[in-house]
Order: sequence, then structure tokens, then C-alpha cells
Amino acid sequence: MQRAEEARSLPGVRMKIGLFIPCYIDAFYPNAGIATLELLEKLGQDVEYPMNQTCCGQPMANSGCNKDAAAAEALFVKNFAKYDVIVMPSGSCTHHVRDNFDAIEQTDEVRHVRENTFELVEFLHDVLKVEDFPWAEFPHKVGLHNSCGTLRALRTASMSELGEPFFSKPMDLLNKVKGISFATPKRPDECCGFGGTFSVTEEAVSAKMGTDKVRDHHQAGAEYIVSADTSCMMHQQGCAERAGVPIRFIHIAEILNGARE
Amino acid sequence: MKVKPVNHAKAAEEFIEDTAHMDFHDERLWDLRQKRDEQMHILPEWQELRARASAIKEHTLANLPEYLEQFEANAKKNGIHVHWAADGAEHNRIVGEILEKHGAKSLIKSKSMVTEECCMREYLEPRGVVVTETDLGERIQQLDNQMPSHIVVPAVHKLIPDVAKIFAEHYHTDPNDSSAQSLAWQQRLAARPVILSADAGMTGGNFVVAETGSFVVCTNEGNADLSATVPGLHIATIGIERLVPRMADMGVFIRMLSRSALGSPITQYTTHFRGPQKGSEMHVVLVDNGRSHRLGMEDFWTSLKCIRCGACMNTCPVYRRSGGLSYGAVYSGPIGAIIDPTFNERKYSTLPFASTMNGSCTNVCPVKINIHEQLYKWRRVLAEHHELPFVKREVMHMAGKLMGQPTLYRAAINSTEVALSTMPRFVLYNWLNPWGKHRELPHPVKQTFHSWYKQNRLKTKKKEGESA
Repeated sequence: MQRAEEARSLPGVRMKIGLFIPCYIDAFYPNAGIATLELLEKLGQDVEYPMNQTCCGQPMANSGCNKDAAAAEALFVKNFAKYDVIVMPSGSCTHHVRDNFDAIEQTDEVRHVRENTFELVEFLHDVLKVEDFPWAEFPHKVGLHNSCGTLRALRTASMSELGEPFFSKPMDLLNKVKGISFATPKRPDECCGFGGTFSVTEEAVSAKMGTDKVRDHHQAGAEYIVSADTSCMMHQQGCAERAGVPIRFIHIAEILNGARE
Repeated sequence: MKVKPVNHAKAAEEFIEDTAHMDFHDERLWDLRQKRDEQMHILPEWQELRARASAIKEHTLANLPEYLEQFEANAKKNGIHVHWAADGAEHNRIVGEILEKHGAKSLIKSKSMVTEECCMREYLEPRGVVVTETDLGERIQQLDNQMPSHIVVPAVHKLIPDVAKIFAEHYHTDPNDSSAQSLAWQQRLAARPVILSADAGMTGGNFVVAETGSFVVCTNEGNADLSATVPGLHIATIGIERLVPRMADMGVFIRMLSRSALGSPITQYTTHFRGPQKGSEMHVVLVDNGRSHRLGMEDFWTSLKCIRCGACMNTCPVYRRSGGLSYGAVYSGPIGAIIDPTFNERKYSTLPFASTMNGSCTNVCPVKINIHEQLYKWRRVLAEHHELPFVKREVMHMAGKLMGQPTLYRAAINSTEVALSTMPRFVLYNWLNPWGKHRELPHPVKQTFHSWYKQNRLKTKKKEGESA
């Protein structure tokens, strides 16, 4: 654990990174996972993807079935305990590991994993402190969607509820990309309605929220919705396609990794 | 027979189908949220006020018996009759007895969530007491025989034509009246004679001050003041958690209440009741009705800090799109979802799941109740108490097992070429069907990340290893 702290405090030091790719990305949005990996490699990091990974346990825990999350959490620790840091392109999974990962006994190993797990944006912004992405260019107007996990749990951006001074780590990073511009939706930090199993148990409300969300971005002139959370975008994309809202979706890792469209 | 859980999802679906009502409801409440934000920006000390308000409430709740007794002693000195009601039934009996003693047959009242909790109207009316709500929204709901759908704006889910129809039925006014002013005037014409001839008046109480033995009522219509002062008999029904220690504490709460609720600096009327007028009587009924029990719940006691401003409802994207009535409870929205299960765990077991746990509620709450974290904790409690639907429980159990076994998990994903056809099925099982009702499914991909990595990284690494 000490090694990880030392490594993190010294800029330029190569860390041994365990890459966690959440199930949605693995199955539906592999490009977001590939971009995350390639980006970290471009930034000189030593990245490994443990092949036996499954899930962080969040779906079970969020449904109240915390005991059923134990096996997934134990496996997660088994897969990732050996790394200095664990990085994942998902705010909600990071939130689960950091804040709610308590279905298993809290050993030193478990604490190491929980304390050293980072969402990709905060890892790039706070730990690696990346100054620029010379390979990245994205000449499009984008609407930034901060998932509730990143906004109100990981606090990677200011929230309108608190009246605090504006800050946005994802926007700081995107501002280093050539040609990019931002659309300003009317309700920038309203939840999009995914909410895990909420998206099926409360289908009507969930879909209405998602449709309102994509319309808001579209009316603000966004060509793309960009987010650090794929699960929100999977839901929003489904809503946009059904409602005929012409807007595209891209993970922040893909833009930062130099995706061209 | 076991009580059936509230079907929030179905009621919400029906609410959403009525686009005109839903859109108005969403916009109206979002507008309140924005006005609340404007007020917050005017006060640089907003976060400090929240912290203070929270600390005062926590301190009071931690010392509740002492402060309640202090209030009782001081209120008695002021000439107020103080009553204690352990539950709704006792509350109703006490109120019934006071009215009977005075031979009161008509009761006018301002809005009170506690009387809704106690089902007081249902108790008094068969006993020959005519109860008339004097708050405009609450009166509309009473005439329409519905519960309030919002704790501050009880009829916010209705549009002008709905009100015109209800008034036409009860007041014989023009059913096509499309003017809010004119409808409000009709209510005034109908209400005034009832108010002036009432035998007794009832109010709630927003705050109870221990050191002065007084209580504070905040309204915008002045109807509470009429209800309290016109008949000469004033009964105030108040939950025991409404207490604050000192009058100075009002300096914190009065600044926050209306700003959080409606985005106005203060309510039109803020009345401090310190004792009866000459020749009249004043009663305070302090109601427990489950509050002491809630105070003993380690994870949920801070929900008693609530000052009933409704800010969490106004900001909640789920509430705005499902309407208060869909919660099937006296208290709706985020605060309702964490309070209601303390009244009936099975009936309200669905409410903590009627949330995306986005956390907006927690961050607008003027007394810093960690609402979304309590929603999360309620889900655990309900699962442990077997109050989850069978299918959900089974699916989570199966998913949990699968997620612990990488080989099986991988087989489930790879069993067909297209991950799409298996992936959500094992996570969501037969819940998948609703996904496609208003949404497209994600597009199939040629290769999972896992398979890409194996091909593009593991093989390369192996080759590098061989050549070295």
C-alpha cells in the first residue's frame, strides 16, 4: 500500500495499473475499454487487464441484496489486490468500490483496493495530472453528461444544488482537446434516469428522464453526448434512437485517446 | 391478508401518459427548484445555515424528552392546554373530545401533514363534525377526495381545467372557467362564510420553541391565521420533532424554510402563537405516531430533522415525472420514500426503489438529511426483511453467484457470438422486456473487450516473451 502512495505522490513515476472494464463496456462498448487502455499506455503507464474479472458487485448491492454482492467483491479483490492502483472508465463502479464495498470482511487487502481505485477522469486529472493530449482532436460541439456517481459521489464536477464555484475535471481534460466546443443544456446535472435496475423496474420514468435528457442536449446544439459513464449513455442512446433524436454518443476516453469521427 | 406494496411504477406510468399534466408538473416544480437556487446564491452563508440548521435539529432530537417537557411547562404558563398523543387514534380521540366539550360541529383548518397521517377527517366526519380545509390547494384535494400530492403545494399535479371542473361540481361555478384568479375568487366566496361561522379552528405548526412555550406557523394565504383566530377555539396539531430549543434558532430556520420550499425569502405570514386570545382557548396536541420509534433507528433517525419544505421533491427528477399520488402515501417524493416504510414496511417497500439514488435531494435539503444514502440503506433493510419481489431476489441471487465465478461468467457472455443476446438476460432475466418499451437495445458488437485484449495484448506479450 505504501508503494502505491509513494508512486502516486511522484509525478512521472510508472505505476502498475490494474484495469477494470465493467460488464456493459466489455459487452457493448468495447471501444471505450480499448481507448482507456491505449490512453493509459500512451501516458506511459504499465497497464494490465486481469482476465478473470467479472463485476464489482454494484448491481446486487444497489438492489439491497448486499450478501449476494460478496462473491463478486471477493473476486474483485483477488484480481486487483496486487496492483498499485485500479483504474476504471466508470463513475458508478468506482463509487461502489470506494464507498459501499462492504459485503466482505474489511481486511488490509480490501482496504488497499478500495483506497486505490480511481475513475479514469479523476485518475488522469488528479493523479497523473495530464497536461495535454497532443494526439487528440475533436472538432465537434459536445454536451457533457456527468453521471450522478461522478458528480455527487466522486465530486469530479461542481453541482448546482450547492451553489459552489464552478469546477469540472472532465471539462478540464476535454478543454485540452483541439477543436472541441461545448453545448450548454438547460438542466446540465439532472439525472438521466438510468439508475441500474431502476431502468427496468421503473421503465416509464426511466425512459422519460432519458428522453428529456437527450432532447435537452440536442436542443442546446450538441452533436455528441460525451460522458465518463457508459451505462448512462447506453440508456440515453436507447432513448434517443427510439425518440428519433439525432445525437451521437462517445466515451470521454475515446476523445482523449484521439478518436476521429 | 397481507397488505400489497404500492405499485409506484404503474401509477407513474399512467401519470407520464398524460403528457400535458406531466410536462406542467415537471416544469412547475423545476421552476421552484431554480427559484430556490436564486435565493441560495443571494446568501453567501447558505452552506453555513444548512450546517447550523442540521446541528440544531440533531441536538434537539438527541435531547428531545427534556426539550418537550420544557415546552410543555412554558406553554402551560402561557395558558395553552398541552396534550400528548402516542398515535393517530389517540390524537383523533383528543381532538374529538375537545370539540365535543365545546359543542363544536364545524372545524376549519389550515394544512397539516400530521392530521393526514392520523386520518383525522375520516374520524371526525362520521361523528358529525364538518371539516373544511382553508388552504386553496388542500381544499381542492379535499373536494376531489385525494391525498395531497406535495407537502407544500398539495394540488400541483392539477391543471386549471381540473380545478374548474371540481369547483363546478361543488360550488356550481362555470366548468369552463379558465382563469386562475377567478377560480381563486370562487374559493374565497365559498370559504369566507364557512370560516366566519366555524366553531373551532385548527392549524399545524412549523416550529415549536421550547424556551418560550410558543409555536410558529408559516403560510402564504393567511388561512392559518383565520383558522386560528376567528372561531375562539384553536387546536394546533404538531409532530414532536418540530421542536427547537430557543427563539434565536428561528433566525436560522425562517431564513431557510421558504427559500428552500418556494424560492421566496419568507412566507407571506409567519405567526408566532404564544397563548390564547382573551376569551378563547388554545390547545396543542403533540403527536408521536411512530416518531419515537424512528428516533431509535440508527440509520434513519436523522429523517426527523425534516422541516417539510419539499425541496427534495421539487428537485427529484423521479418525483417530477411520477407525481406525488403515485407514492400512495401521505408523504411522497424522496423524504416520503425514507419516512413511509417506518409506518408500514411492506406497503411502502417499493418506495426506496422508486429512485435512481442520484443524490440531488440530499444536496438541496436545508437540514442536510442524507436522503439518498438512507434510500440505499432502506433497500438493504427491506431485502433482509424479505420485502423484495421474489423475481428480483432470485435474479440478484443468481447474478451474485455468477459474478463470483469467472469461467461461468465468461461462458455466459461468450455463449453466443453476439454478447447482446445473453448479457442482459443473465443480469436482468425477465426484467429485460420493459427495457425496449420506450428504448432501443444497445447495438451488437463483433468482439467483447475481453476477447480483444486476449488477441491484441496477451498474444503480443507472449510473442515478445518468446523472442526475448
